[in-house]
Amino acid sequence: MDLMEYQAKELFARHGVPVTLGRVIEDPADAASAAAELGGRVVVKAQVKTGGRGKAGGVKLAASAEEATARAGEILGMDIKGHTVHRVLLAPAAAIAEEYYFSFLVDRTNREYLCIASTEGGVEIEEVAHSNPDAIAKISIDPATGVDDAKAAEIVAAAGFPAGAEDVVRKLWDVFVAEDATLVEVNPLVKLADGSLEALDGKVTLDDSAAYRHADHASFEDRASADPLEAAAHDKGLNYVKLDGQVGIIGNGAGLVMSTLDVVAYAGEQYGVKPANFLDIGGGASAEVMANGLGIILGDAQVRSVFVNVFGGITACDAVSNGIVQALALLGKQADKPLVVRLDGNNVAEGRRILAQANHPLVTVVDTMDGAAARAAELAAQN
Amino acid sequence: MAIFLTEKSRVVVQGMTGAEGQKHTSRMLAAGTDIVGGVTPGKGGQSVDFAKRSIPVYGSCADAVAATGADVSVVFVPPKFTKGAVIEAVDAGIPLVVVITEGVPVHDTAAFFAHAEAAGVRVIGPNCPGIISPGQANAGIIPADIAGPGRIGLVSKSGTLTYQMMYELRDFGFSTAIGIGGDPIIGTTHIDALRAFQDDPDTDAIVMIGEIGGDAEERAAAFIAEHVTKPVVGYVAGFTAPEGKTMGHAGAIVSGSSGTAAAKQQALEAAGVKVGKTPTETAELLRAVLHAEVAV
Repeated sequence: MDLMEYQAKELFARHGVPVTLGRVIEDPADAASAAAELGGRVVVKAQVKTGGRGKAGGVKLAASAEEATARAGEILGMDIKGHTVHRVLLAPAAAIAEEYYFSFLVDRTNREYLCIASTEGGVEIEEVAHSNPDAIAKISIDPATGVDDAKAAEIVAAAGFPAGAEDVVRKLWDVFVAEDATLVEVNPLVKLADGSLEALDGKVTLDDSAAYRHADHASFEDRASADPLEAAAHDKGLNYVKLDGQVGIIGNGAGLVMSTLDVVAYAGEQYGVKPANFLDIGGGASAEVMANGLGIILGDAQVRSVFVNVFGGITACDAVSNGIVQALALLGKQADKPLVVRLDGNNVAEGRRILAQANHPLVTVVDTMDGAAARAAELAAQN
Repeated sequence: MAIFLTEKSRVVVQGMTGAEGQKHTSRMLAAGTDIVGGVTPGKGGQSVDFAKRSIPVYGSCADAVAATGADVSVVFVPPKFTKGAVIEAVDAGIPLVVVITEGVPVHDTAAFFAHAEAAGVRVIGPNCPGIISPGQANAGIIPADIAGPGRIGLVSKSGTLTYQMMYELRDFGFSTAIGIGGDPIIGTTHIDALRAFQDDPDTDAIVMIGEIGGDAEERAAAFIAEHVTKPVVGYVAGFTAPEGKTMGHAGAIVSGSSGTAAAKQQALEAAGVKVGKTPTETAELLRAVLHAEVAV
C-alpha cells in the first residue's frame, strides 16, 4: 500500500523523525481557519499517491487565509495523472537552507536493502542519477545487521549530509523496519535556516503481506479514492485490478492472468478492444470464488465479453467446470455477457464434457488459449 | 541427473501436519518423492499415515536431520512462522529449503535469505510452486502428472505458467522444472537455474519464463550471452500491464521505465534467446530448436 504524504508524515512522527504535520482538509471552506491556525505563509499540497504534484500545479504557496482558501479550492478536485485530489495538506512554509534526497528501499537485485542519498534534493532523483551520477550515494545494507551507528555514520559521510544527520537516518530506518515498509523516501529532506533537519515530504510503501502485524495500518486505506470495483473485489479477497477495456478476464495464477491480458490485447487489436481487468482467482477455483469473480467483472459496465482462462493443476478441470456452471446458476440474470472458457491441464476432457452437458447459452468453450482470446475479442466487438 | 532435486533427495516437510502440508505430502509421495519426515514443533513422536507409508513427525528440523539424514525441506507453514521455520532448517544443516508459503513479509524474506546465504544454503521461493524432477522427486505443489521425464529444463517466476509450459511440451518431458516465485526477494534466481541447467548433462534445452518487475530477466540475458551454450527460449508475461499497478505477484509492477516486458524481451533477444509472443508460440519455438538439434 502506498501512503499519501500526510500519512507518511504521521508514521515519521511516531518514530521521532522531525516533521511538521500541518492540517489536512477536504473542503476549501476549512482552509481559512486551518491557515490562520498555522499562521504566516502556508503551502497547500495535493494529497495523491503519485509523484510530480508540483509540476502538475498541485502544490501552491498562500500568503494569507484568503489565498489559502482560493488555492485549496483550485487544487481540490484536480486530476493529477489520473488521481483525483480529495484532500489537501496545509503546512507552514519552511525557511529552507538546503534540500537533500533520502530513501531506504528493498534492493531486489542484491536481495538486501539499499540507501540512496544525495545533497541534490527536491528534484527528480532519476534526472540527477542521469546528469550527475557522482552526486548520488548508494549504500547497501545487510539485512542481518541493518543500520547501526557505524552504518548511519557511513551513510551521512557518503551522502555529504551535515554532521548530526545520523539521528534522522536512524529514525527513518526505524520507520522502514518497524512499519514493514518496502520504501521510505524523503524528498526533500531539508536543512532549515536554524541548521536543523526536517522531512518536508514523505513517500512510504507498506508491505501488504505484513498487514497482519500492523492492525493500525488499516486506517491508511483510502476507500474514497479506490475504484469501487477494486474495493468490492478487495472485500471479497479477490486479486483484481481494473483496467480500461471491454474483455473481462478471469484466470488462475498471476503469471497466467498477465499472459492472458497480453494474448487478449494482441487478439483485440483488429477489433479495437482491450482487456478490462486483471483477476487472479488463485489455485483453488471453487464455485463461490468463481461466482464472486464473475460478479465483479459483470459489474463493470464497460465489459462486453468475459474470457475464463484456467489451467487445471491442483484444482483439476472438472472442478473448475463445476465451479463455472454453479457460478452461472448463482448469478442468474446478472450473468448477461458471453463467456469464452478455455480449460487445459488435469482432467481436461471431463471438464469440457461438463460444460458441454450444461450447454449454457452464454458459454463457448475454445480449446486453445490463443483461439479463445480471439473469440472473446470478437464477441466483445460484436456486443 | 536433474538439478537441485534428484531421486536421492531425502525430503522433510515443515508443516506436514497442517491441511495443505498433508495434502501435498500425499501428492509428493505419489510422485515418488522420498519423504523421510515431517516437522511440527510440539508434535515430535507422532506420525501421519499416508496411502502406502506412515511418516514420522519430528519436533524440530535438527531432530529430523539427526534421525533421517534429510537434505531437502519443503516449507508449508503459515507466513508468520515462515522466517523461523527457514532459519531452523538452515541451522539444522539442510542444504536446500523450498518455501511454498505465499504472503511472507519481505523483511522476513530478506532476513532468512541473508541467514541462508551466509550458511551456503539454497532457498527456493518464497511464494513459489517448488521444484520437480519428473520421475525422480517433487518438492512442492507442481502437479506431477502434467509431464514426465525428459531433457528440457524449465525455470519460471509463475506457477501456472510453469504448468502451462510443461503441458505444452509434455511430449518432450523435463529434466527439472523449477518455479522460483514472483516476490520482490527470492532465494533462487533465473541465473542460478540457468547455470545449473547449463552444467546438467541431462538437460539439452532451457525454457525461461519471466514477468514484469525488477531486472532479473535482463541480468539473466547478460548471463546467457556469456555463459550458456545450450539453446534457450523465453517468454515474458505482462506486456499490457499498466505502470504502477501490482499484477498479482508482489514483485510484478512496472515502475516508470523499469521492469517493462518490452525491455526484458529486448534484452533476451539481444542475448540470442528466441522469445515467444504467447506461451503456445514459445513452446513451438522450443520444438523448432529441438528438431533442429535432432536434424544436425
